[in-house]
Amino acid sequence: MDVSTLTIKEAGEKLASGALTAVDYTKSCLDAIDAGNEELNAFLEVSQTALDEAAAIDARRAAGESMGSLAGIPVALKDLILVKGWEVTDGSQILEGHRASYDATVVQRLRTAGAILIGRTNMDEFAMGSSTQTSHYGPTMNPWDHTKVPGGTSGGSAAAVAAGFVPAALGSDTGGSVRQPASMCGVVGLKPTYGRVSRFGLMAVGSSLEQIGPITHTVEDAALILEAIEGRDAKDSTSAELSNTTVPALIEKSVDGMTLGMPKEYFASGMDSQVATVVHEAIAELERAGARIQEISMPHSEYALATFYIIQPAEASSNLGRFDGLRYGYHSGGENLQETYERTRGEGFGKEVKRRIMLGSYTLSAGYYDAYYRKALKVRTLIKRDFDEAFKSVDAIVCPTSPTVAWNIGEKFDDPLAMYLADIYTVTANLATVPGMSVPCGFVDGLPVGLQILAKPFDEYTLFRVGATYQDRTSWHKQSPT
Amino acid sequence: MKLTREEVLKIAKLARLHLEEEDIAKYQEDLGSILSYVEKLQELNTDDVPEFQHAAGGVNVFREDVVENCDEDTRRRAIENFSQREGDFLKVQAVFENRTQ
Repeated sequence: MDVSTLTIKEAGEKLASGALTAVDYTKSCLDAIDAGNEELNAFLEVSQTALDEAAAIDARRAAGESMGSLAGIPVALKDLILVKGWEVTDGSQILEGHRASYDATVVQRLRTAGAILIGRTNMDEFAMGSSTQTSHYGPTMNPWDHTKVPGGTSGGSAAAVAAGFVPAALGSDTGGSVRQPASMCGVVGLKPTYGRVSRFGLMAVGSSLEQIGPITHTVEDAALILEAIEGRDAKDSTSAELSNTTVPALIEKSVDGMTLGMPKEYFASGMDSQVATVVHEAIAELERAGARIQEISMPHSEYALATFYIIQPAEASSNLGRFDGLRYGYHSGGENLQETYERTRGEGFGKEVKRRIMLGSYTLSAGYYDAYYRKALKVRTLIKRDFDEAFKSVDAIVCPTSPTVAWNIGEKFDDPLAMYLADIYTVTANLATVPGMSVPCGFVDGLPVGLQILAKPFDEYTLFRVGATYQDRTSWHKQSPT
Repeated sequence: MKLTREEVLKIAKLARLHLEEEDIAKYQEDLGSILSYVEKLQELNTDDVPEFQHAAGGVNVFREDVVENCDEDTRRRAIENFSQREGDFLKVQAVFENRTQ
């Protein structure tokens, strides 16, 4: 049986009926990684205990025990999510060899649901970048074209799913880091509402922006993973008590009577015209499915990227202060403590990370705080208001995920501003804390394009409904790279 | 806009980052171009706009003040991650200089 194209839902049915065992499924995934990862560099490491975990699941099933919703499903984890005993590097040299001393809450929840933790995936260093090229462990290649980037920062997770190594992976999204690589690799990527998923055990970089989210082939699969990992966690005070939990079986595949907003600012200059054509056609498909399409304006969109690139580096410079070369990670000794800090950090961090730490330190420093950081917080309020206003008249927003398809490896690498512009349509959701999802909607020159759907805070159900309806009528998600 | 060499060195000091001599000019350029881009926000009048305060809605979120998640195994793993140690102690350089001599 070729399991590489199975969705979680399909695999779950086969596992439940006995047509497939967790051990065979896991072994197939490990074999696929073994055969294809050297070329793609999607995985940094595979778990040595995955087969044992799978055998335990099979034994429990054979004994007639009640099984979790993801029993026997292999799931990959971006290399900034802690798994007790696993090396976890955040894509950085500064944490090379560092081993997690506890499980992240999402990991505990995946275990409870019966998922098999298969390995850790490559990413931009400290989740800073848009193409997985800043990883200390080398770039990841796009499965659709090995000369192209997979997007970033969760590029390893997106490539692992697109290549058929695993049916699902977790990424994290600070400014588009789940949705943008999902778009560029032709898979589904979901950024939940801020607070829906616990960040305990996720290495913090942009604390007010980031969320852990699933990358899968289908919208239903994304809902299945979200169902397992979401919900209040006493260890993350920003996690929310949910009044509407995710119920994958209840996702209605109809948009009849819904109003979808098309923000004119998201189709503006800088957008590749072929990508625009593909996204317009996807929106037309939703219209044919019964949705009403309404052009809307979100006037502060053009300020979102500048706002993001003040707030994210400011938070990052603060969060990354913990890398002192003392308590964990890389250490380079100097004459005194100040010198030890400076050498450890100067040698341990990569270029982009240092650039952001410098930028954040500048905008937070005395004399510049008001002009930059405080100003950005005010504009963030305006961006949030744009969304509040839009959702008074529309149920969801539909737009492109990325202005272009995947670019060549090596491109934009030395031009930070050009790289930042790749996030122009995704950073708004993080600033406004709303949920967003990218769904495969076509190809340009053989490279995948994603349709982005945005909804009200905690209304992931609407994302799933629009996305599942679209996938029910199209087959882009069923195509695999050759 | 381009930052001066002195500005770059001052930020590096604040950020506890050692910069290689040959990288300083690149930081002057890169940070300058990013700061010029984010200047865009000055176009907006935000006098009456409140700052975005918190991404989560919660207020005064408390939990019991009890030690959790630190059994012997977890403790041992944390200690093994110390960059330098003596026994179970974290080894660090002196924070204060000895001025008594």
